[in-house]
Amino acid sequence: MSKFQKKRGKASPEVSTASLPDIIFMLLFFFMVTTVLRDSEMKVEVTTPRATELTKLEKKSLVNYIFIGKPVDKFQKEYGTKARIQLGDKFAGMSDIPLFLERHRSKIPESQHGGIKSSLKIDSDVTMGIVADTKTALRKAGQLLINYSAKKKD
Amino acid sequence: MGSSRDRMKNEINAGSMADIAFLLLIFFLVTTTIAEDTGVLVKLPPYSEEEVEITKMNTRNVYSVLVNADDQLLVRGELAELDDLRSNAKEFIMNPQKLENMAIEPKKAIVSLKNDRGTKYAVYLEVYNELKAAYRELRDEYAEKNFGKVYEYCSSEERAQTRAAIPLIISEAEPTNFGDEG
Repeated sequence: MSKFQKKRGKASPEVSTASLPDIIFMLLFFFMVTTVLRDSEMKVEVTTPRATELTKLEKKSLVNYIFIGKPVDKFQKEYGTKARIQLGDKFAGMSDIPLFLERHRSKIPESQHGGIKSSLKIDSDVTMGIVADTKTALRKAGQLLINYSAKKKD
Repeated sequence: MGSSRDRMKNEINAGSMADIAFLLLIFFLVTTTIAEDTGVLVKLPPYSEEEVEITKMNTRNVYSVLVNADDQLLVRGELAELDDLRSNAKEFIMNPQKLENMAIEPKKAIVSLKNDRGTKYAVYLEVYNELKAAYRELRDEYAEKNFGKVYEYCSSEERAQTRAAIPLIISEAEPTNFGDEG
């Protein structure tokens, strides 16, 4: 009799959902850890100035970033304290700008090339010399839409 | 039999844990704002070897702004303050009193911006910002007068008409080699 009373089939066909939260937490942590908010490591110090006439930059894929500022502390021994340009994640000179732009441009379908913008993230304390040179380099490379990155003035 | 029932009782119901986790996830998804990029949009002129001669233009139409390496402002040959720049520029462009020494009409007005290599970027951007703000306010006023709403809410034709009436022309000369530390 005892053999029949067990009724194995009826007892527990339910799938345990106890591990579901763990799976979701694991997903959550995975995304938290792997998400990179800024794709390039900052090698120059940039505190953008404040302004009122701001435009939002939409379509992030059409934007390339040029950073100008003095090198951060750990690179100052090597590169000094004079303002420098950073393209992608490395220091660059004026002559690297056309190639950098071309590399970005090649990733974008031709029909959208007119909408490519350069976001210039420039430190407030930088002097205009290097900025003017960058502007000239951008004009020579045919990159005419630029955006001086700035924060909202309160 | 009895023992298996005991085991069932000891288990905490974890079915709602998933909901809690989802709630957390959604909460963070909604509240997190990934820092968006804002800035002052500028369209540069195409590069050409020869410098554009701005001096050939009728001087009454040119609103020249110079920013030197000491971050001082020279507007149309006179020392000026940054705070006055916006209202000053607006008056020059619109020329409400039809003065002899200001722009003939807004369409003809040209802002010429020049700086030294030693000018601080923050000051330069502030000046540029003020000039752009002056134009924005003028366009708003124009749109308000003609269409009864600010520029931002106008239709594309109305915007085009406003832009044609008050075109934003900011000409930037090559900076002078002065005060650059490099």
